[in-house]
Order: sequence, then C-alpha cells, then structure tokens
Amino acid sequence: MFVSLNWLKNYVDIDQLSPEELAERITKSGIEVEGIERFAQASTNVVVGYVESCEKHPNADKLNLCQVNVGEETLQIICGAPNIAQGQKVAVAKPGAVLPGNFKIKRAKLRGVESNGMICSLQELGVEEKYVPKEYASGIFVFPEDTEAGADVTELLNLDDIIIELGLTPNRSDALSMLGVAYEVAAILDVPIRLPQTSLRSADDVAEDHVTVRVEAQDVNPYYGAFIVKDVKIGPSPLWMRNYLMAAGIRPINNVVDITNYVLLEYGQPLHAFDYDKFGSNEVVVRMADEGEKIVTLDDVERTLTAEHLVITNGKEPVALAGVMGGADSEVSDTTTNVLLEAAYFDGQTVRKASKAFDLRSEASNRFEKGVDPNRVREAGVRACQLLSEYAGATVLSGVVEHDQLDYSEKEVTIWTSTINDRLGTSISDEEIADILRKLHFNFKQDGETFIVSAPTRRQDIVIFEDMVEEVARIHGYDNLPFTLPQGGSQAGGLTKNQALKRHVKRFLEGAGLSETVTYSLTSKERSGQLVSPEVKDTIVSTVSLAMPMSEEHSTLRVSILPEMLNSAAYNLARKQADVAYYEIGSIFVSGEEEVSKQPDEKLRLAGVLTGQWLTHPWQQEKKPVDFFVAKGILEALFASLKVDVTYKQAKIDGLHPGRTAQLFAGDRAIGFVGQVHPAMQKAYDLKETYVFDVDFDYLLEIHHNEPSFAVIPRFPSVSRDIALVVDETVPAGAVLAVIAEAGGSLVKDIQVFDVYQGEHLEEGKKSIAFSLFYQDPERTLTDEEVEASYQAILAEVAKQFGAELRG
Amino acid sequence: MKEQLQALESEALAKVETASSLQELQGVRVAYLGKKGPITEVLRGMGKLSAEERPVIGELANKVRGNIAAAIDEKKAGIEAEQLEKQLEEEQIDVTLPGRPVAVGGPHLLTSIVEEIEDLFIGLGFEIREGPEVETDYFNFEALNLPKGHPARDMQDSFYITEDLLLRTHTSPVQARTMNAMENKQPVKMICPGKVYRRDTDDATHSHQFTQIEGLYVDKNVRMSDLKGVLDRFAKHMFGEDREIRLRPSFFPFTEPSVEMDISCKMCNGKGCSVCKRTGWIEILGAGMVHPRVLEMAGYDPKVYSGFAFGMGPERIAMLKYGVDDIRHFYTNDLRFLKQYHKA
Ligand SMILES: [Zn+2]
Repeated sequence: MFVSLNWLKNYVDIDQLSPEELAERITKSGIEVEGIERFAQASTNVVVGYVESCEKHPNADKLNLCQVNVGEETLQIICGAPNIAQGQKVAVAKPGAVLPGNFKIKRAKLRGVESNGMICSLQELGVEEKYVPKEYASGIFVFPEDTEAGADVTELLNLDDIIIELGLTPNRSDALSMLGVAYEVAAILDVPIRLPQTSLRSADDVAEDHVTVRVEAQDVNPYYGAFIVKDVKIGPSPLWMRNYLMAAGIRPINNVVDITNYVLLEYGQPLHAFDYDKFGSNEVVVRMADEGEKIVTLDDVERTLTAEHLVITNGKEPVALAGVMGGADSEVSDTTTNVLLEAAYFDGQTVRKASKAFDLRSEASNRFEKGVDPNRVREAGVRACQLLSEYAGATVLSGVVEHDQLDYSEKEVTIWTSTINDRLGTSISDEEIADILRKLHFNFKQDGETFIVSAPTRRQDIVIFEDMVEEVARIHGYDNLPFTLPQGGSQAGGLTKNQALKRHVKRFLEGAGLSETVTYSLTSKERSGQLVSPEVKDTIVSTVSLAMPMSEEHSTLRVSILPEMLNSAAYNLARKQADVAYYEIGSIFVSGEEEVSKQPDEKLRLAGVLTGQWLTHPWQQEKKPVDFFVAKGILEALFASLKVDVTYKQAKIDGLHPGRTAQLFAGDRAIGFVGQVHPAMQKAYDLKETYVFDVDFDYLLEIHHNEPSFAVIPRFPSVSRDIALVVDETVPAGAVLAVIAEAGGSLVKDIQVFDVYQGEHLEEGKKSIAFSLFYQDPERTLTDEEVEASYQAILAEVAKQFGAELRG
Repeated sequence: MKEQLQALESEALAKVETASSLQELQGVRVAYLGKKGPITEVLRGMGKLSAEERPVIGELANKVRGNIAAAIDEKKAGIEAEQLEKQLEEEQIDVTLPGRPVAVGGPHLLTSIVEEIEDLFIGLGFEIREGPEVETDYFNFEALNLPKGHPARDMQDSFYITEDLLLRTHTSPVQARTMNAMENKQPVKMICPGKVYRRDTDDATHSHQFTQIEGLYVDKNVRMSDLKGVLDRFAKHMFGEDREIRLRPSFFPFTEPSVEMDISCKMCNGKGCSVCKRTGWIEILGAGMVHPRVLEMAGYDPKVYSGFAFGMGPERIAMLKYGVDDIRHFYTNDLRFLKQYHKA
C-alpha cells in the first residue's frame, strides 16, 4: 500500500513529525514501512503559463513558437509537443529552472529563433511514465482552465508529496485504506482524526424505480447495493484527485473511474460502475456462474466460468465477475451518461478462487480477499455518489437498492489488566489500558481492571484475548517491555547421546581432513537411482517425487547423498580445485509403498567423496593420490573410534568399480560400501579417479559402544613373530587374517599385514602375504613354547584352508 | 727416577696438547698409560729403590699418570665438542622451506552457525529436537493454525508430494509434534534446527532449500518479556555485546502477538546506511507468543499454559555475520568457500 502523506494530512495532523520519524513510529507500532520516496524529484522555478499564441516555427515544421504568459512576464518559448495549442495552461520551466536529473534550463536559440524556457511534460517533471494519464503520455500536461498563470507547479501537481510504502501482513487489511491508515496514525500519535462528511442532496427520482436487486448466492454475497446516477458528464477528474491517484500508483482515466478508484483507496471498499444503458436490463441478479458460462471481461478476454465463480448478471447473462473484473459490454466509456454504481460485500475465498483461476489480481480483488469493513460498504457508495455529483455533474437518485444480510456486529473481547500484564511481563495500569483503547477508537466498558472491548468492524483481525494483548503491547510500545529470563522449571537442556555422537563423528572426519558439505535433498530422477547402497536399494519400492517440480534437476528426493556430492566435486574440478575430500551426514527418503501415501522413512547416511591428491609435498617429492585404501583407512579409524566392528567384503555394486569396491558389514548386517566410482560414471560426472563411501549412520549410532571402560595396560612384554605365506592370488588377505586370528588362539593380540608380493621368484598365479603377529599375556611373560605352539597351529590351519605354504 | 718421570710427564702432556683426533689421543693413552708404557716400565724398577724413596716415587708416578689421564680426558671432551659442533653445522636445514602438509577439513559454515546457536540455547536449558523433512499437511499447516484456504498459506508456496504430504516449509511442525508427543503435557523447552523447502527459484537471495531454527518454550506463566530477554541474549551472543534489539509487531498464524526482531546495524551503529536501508536496524527473525489454538490443538490448555516461539534462518545470520553475498554459496560446496570457515 502506497500512502501519500499529502493525502493523509486531510485526515490527521502529521506535520509535527518528519516523514522518517513518522515511518519509524508506524513501523515500531505495527506496520512495517518498507520505503519512503518522494513522488517526484524536486524541480525549481517551474510555474503555470498561459499560451497566448502558438504559431509554426519559421524554420522547423515540427516546432511551435509560443508566447507564454507566466504571470509577471510573457516568454517566447519554442515547443515541440504535438498537443500544444493556444489558450492552454501549461507547466513552464523558466530560464534558471532545474528539472529532475539536474537538467538546467537556459536561454537558447533553436533554428535561429530565441527560446526562453521549456514547456514540460509530466515525465519531465519527474512523474513515472506509467502513472501519466494517457492523453498526456506523449505530450505536455495541460492544467484546468481556471488555473492561475504564474502559480507554482510543484504545489499544484503535488510533486513534493512523500509516499510511504507499507508492507502489510495478511491480518492488517484495515490499513488497505487511507482511513485505516489514518486511524492507525491517530492511535500512534494520539491525534484526532477527521473523517470525510458524506451527505447527499435527495433527488425526486428514486433509484428503486430504475433497478431491482436479487441475490441468489446469499452466503457469499451478504450485501449488494445499487446506486443510480444520471446525466454524468465524462471528463477529467479534479486535479487534486488525479494527483492523489498518481501518488498512490494509479493512473487517472476519467472522472467516473477515478472516483471509484479514489473511494477504493480512501475507504478500502471496491466499487464498480456499470454503464446503466448498456447493462442489458433493469435487474441485478447475483448468482454462481453456470459451468462453462462465458463472459468477456473489460480487458477484452473471453473467460470460461465454473460453478465456483460468483457473477453479477442482468438476469440473462453475466455482466461482471464479482469482485474481480467487470464485463466489456457494460463498461463506462466516454459516451456514458447514466451509471449503475455497485457497492457490495463479496466473500473473500470466492473472490480469491476467481482471481487466482484467471490470474486477475487487482486492487479490488485483493481487498475483497482480505475482507472489507461491513460498515463502510454502503457508505463508500454514498461517498462515490457525492463525488460524482460534485465532479461529474451528475444527479444521484434517491436511495440505494439493496440486498442486506450483512453482519454489522462488533466482536466483544474481554480483557483484564492483570492477565495482560501476566502475559507481557509488564505492570501497565488500568488507566493506561483505558487510554490505549481510547487512542485506538475502540468502544469499551470498564469495571475496575475488567474491560469489555467492542472491536470495530474495520478491525476484523481482533477476535480473541491475545489479539487485544497485541493491541495493548504495540501501543504501549515493545520498547517498554522489560527484559526477563524464563522463571519456570530448571530442566537441564543438552545434547542427547546421539546428537553428541553425531558431533563427535563430524569432528573426527574433519580432523581426518574431510570438509563437510550440504547438498540439496532434491535431485533429478536420473541421479536419484545412482550409487544407492544395496541394503537401501532392497527397501525401496518407489521413489518419492514432487507432484509439481520446478525443474527436472530438483524433482525427486534423494536415496543417496552421493550423486549431489559428486556434482559438487565436479563443480570444484571445473574450477581447478582438483583435490576434494568431502563428507556429509544427511537424510535419505525411502518409501516402501507402490504409490507414496505415507511419510517416507527418513534415514541418516554418512557419505564421503575423495578425489585428486591426498597429500602433496612437492619439494620433498612426496605425492599420495587418493586411492581405495585412503578411503578405507578413514572409515577404519572412524569405526575404531566408535568401537564398531566392521568387515569388508569384495562386492559388485551398480555405479562402482567392480574390482575396487567393498561392501561393509557389521556382523551379518550390510551397512554400506566403500569403493571407486565406476569409470563410466566418473566420465559422466566429469570426474577423475574418485572414491566414495556411504554408511548407514542410524545403525552406527545404534551399535556403537561408547561406554567408558579401562583396559589394563599390560605389564609383561609382547612377543612378535612374522609369517610370510604363499597362497593363490585370488585368496583375500582378509580371509587369511581371519583364519590366523582364529587358529592363533587368545594370546594373539594383533595381526598386521606388512607386505604383499607377487612376481619374480613366485609361481604364476601365486602371491605372498606377510603378517606380523603380536602375542601377549596380561598376567605373565610368555614362553617360547607357547608362542611356537600357536605359530604351528596357524601354519597347519592356513595350509588346510588355503593350501598356504611358508615362503622359503 | 724422579727426573725420568717428570720428563715423561711433560713429553706426554705435549703430545696430548698436539693431538688433533680421538685416535691420536687414544695412541697417546696407550703409549704412556698402557701396560707396556714407559711409566709402567719406570715403576717396575722401583724394587731397586730404598724404603724411604719408594713411597715418594710411587706417589709421584700415580700423580703423573693421573695428570696425563686428566689431560687426555679433557682433550677428548674438547675434540668431541668440536666434532659435534661440526656435525651440527653440517646438519643445518633451510627452515623456511614449507612443512609437510596435514590434511585439514572442517564443518560447513551452516553447521558452525547452527551448533553455536544450539550451544547457546542448551546453556539456557533448551533441548534439541528433530523432525521429518517430509511432513503431513496437518503438522505443517493445520496444527499451526493455518487451515486449508488460509490466505497466509500463500506466503509460502510449497513442494507437495501428494495432496497430504509436502516438504516442510518451516521447522515449526516440530513444535506441534513435540507438544503432541509430550505425556502429561509437561513444559517444553526446545529448539529445532533443520532443512526446509519452498517453491522459490534459486538466486542470490532465494534458495529452494534452506535452513531454519525453531525455538519453543511452553510452561505456566511464560511472558513476552521472557521472549525479549532470551532474544536479547541470542542477539548479543551472535552479533556482539554492543548490539541492541527491537521488537516490532508482525503477523504469523501460529503466534499472537507476533513480532519481528531487528538488531541495530553493526555497519553504521544504528545511524543508517545502505546495509540497513537507512533504518539503522536489520531484521533477524520472527517470534511471538504461541497462539492459543496451537496450544489447544496440541493438548495444552491455553488458560493454564502460555509460551513463546521463534524461528530464524542460519543462512541469513551467516550472511549478516560474515558478509556472504549469495545464498547459493551455501549449497555449491565450493572448497574455496567452505575452507574460509574451517576454524577451531
Ligand atoms: Zn546501517
């Protein structure tokens, strides 16, 4: 809502404050002022001039040579505007004038003839093109005949007006009118309010004799009033009205249209003027449209209606889409002489359906949607009739023909000073409450600390006790609220075990060199099928997609974090950031239904992406590219810190390198994978060799053992033995290690692989794996015999299971 | 004999003096102090001496041995020190060369902001709650006093999956879920960080996915001044002790009264500049007293209980605090962006 301060001054005195101070007060008390603008940039030395004569320039076809009386003198001015004519009152920038854009006017010679100033268009005076009345859009502005030559144009055209823009929340539709804003300002500043006086001279002719009103859709149209206005003379509206409309962001058209728009802004009540002679009958019938019924609206578009749309008809066909737009056939035009003026109350949701369906949001529909003030509907009609008789020479017929089932009652809300203070933490007195209600112009009955407040109908937002708490608080001032801290129960607050553990994991991975990412949950259909961990894939019945995605890119909820992380990695690679080490913990969305109807399971996953160099130390010629074991090493260390036992099994998983992928198991349960992205997919993502992991994070949280415990630090020395075994190259080291651990007995405390060899000195198809075994007994020193016995047992078992031989 | 010993002593000491290596020195030791050395030789001839002379010469011989040995030890220490010094000199490296890099990662800026806020509220006795990102229409809207057809639903165009399921448009449903789940309707004091989604085209100031932190405190006798006090703590913690806050009326369907909280602009100290659009204030978050309908729907009697709620955007806070100029930075995961905010 744009509020012209010059207009507002008609209702309340605001001169004691600067526009900025006023804006601040309004913002702090309830309605955010989003901008303070001058209507036009300042001009100096521009006055009204009377064009005494206007002749063709002797040396130029398109220019005119004018003698213009500017009060004290007559200036010779050359003007190129097509609409200049003798006898006009125009805006003249005298020599020395400065126009917006710091455009200085000087005496000049044009094609050999002297020109002492410039005749201005509204645009040249700083008015925005879109608000300039059409007849002046491509020429100079012409003042009404009775304007005095020499008068200051800035004041006449309201160019010095200040416009404040209000950002209205949906509850404050009362401020969608100048009167609503005036009430608000009056309450904030505690100044009196001056309301417009609406009175009508009664004519002999009675409206009832010329029109009937029948409302069939009574539940959505509780009030319909028809006024009849005769002998209208269509022409421009008064200058002051045009000025106010332009300041409020509405382009002036003609007096009838301008008056309905003016009242719309003043009262917040949309009105509609029909050409009475083109209405098509003498009866107004308001009903729901028939399915498929058509109307051509005044933007000349044919609209096909449904039974959800409310229409005004002439008893035969629709003549207006209620609250949204009139019909083209009955539109007021230059030839209109008699007007049927509609003032009505239409149901907000009904108007909203139509304005949304046809994408016709307007000043009118907006106000109906938010709810107009019942007490202003008829009054706005009267106000418009009064202005029509004053500024369009019209005769207003007596009375209004109406259908009226409108609820005019005021809501009663009871408040108590003590309850208000309890809720706000304040100590406001009964007297102040009474004073606040008076400032708001709310009627109330007081009994001690009890107030029975009647909320005026213009404030539809006030319904319950809490609404009144807000009114009191905002007029009392939020700045005057004390700062306190909650007194209630002293619960401890804190992280749950899982929340703390999640932080531990994050810090661990960050310490290991990984950067956390946050990627989008919405991915493309194609990517949503990629790099899904087998145990997740098993549970997916359907993917969860948006009903109306904004783009294919973000249409489907992820079942793996990795594809979007790969996207981010590729983004970095494309910008010469070749070394990427990422992790992310986030939800995936798994639906077990054929057709999604319930909330999907949201499972937390831990994912990682590694590519490029893991370590580069050039001058020492050290370089370690990321490989499978870098990725696995990070996971191993993480699992160790969580005290979770995980085994790695060679696996083939879609999207991953078939020879460089391990599936992870905790016991028998599959919990994710680690491996290289399949070269084909690497290529598709524009990535180089890239390693990824994806782990069931919920399950990690579930099974981790984080109970603090103390393992005795051994007092007796350990004994180590190395063993190099030759086995078939297909035998996994992990399997041999498991057998060694089993066969070696409880004294074997640790086994480490320290060498893997294949090639010279070994039979084709064989490899040698060397292990270090560490023996220890916490209670005593081991004997050679014990160690030897275990060693022999190991040799026997690996020979049996793998045909392994000691390497000679 | 006495003269012989004294001559040997000065001869040996001279050799010790000129010795330039440990081997040479060892040679001197063997030559003079060894079993076949001249001093031993001299002592062997002691039998010829008188009983009076024998102890005198014996003592002198021991003294000479001692002197030579001491000289050798002293010289040895000197040579060793010299050698060590030489070795250390040879071992010198260029300490200005770069060290071996250690892989360094870190949290995402949003995580840092969220955890900082979590820790502040934990200190004020709040718990952290989480909720689903795919919500039902009921919890996302209806339980928050936003019935179907409510004009305020327009304010947040949403991503629907089915007629009844959508990506949550705010973290507020966690309020309703937490209150609903509370047995015996005990007080609730929680914050809820999480991802939220709205139908916005991604640009410098809009993102279809972003983060929110919701806070809720419901108890007997919760006052709006408590909200003001808590928000003041928050603002000063996040933006500096010298920041002022102000509340101004606003509208949210799930709170009444509703307010927006501004902080005084740090750039101009409240005088007005381009950052704060010349108002001196910067909008930070929305808050209010829990609407009685919301309490009622969650099973709390609004005559007995009251509460406050607030909701804020960590992206916005990060943008203000660190001057991040484009919300898309939070989701591109450009390492040059991420690494700027890796800190201890
Ligand atoms: Zn500022």
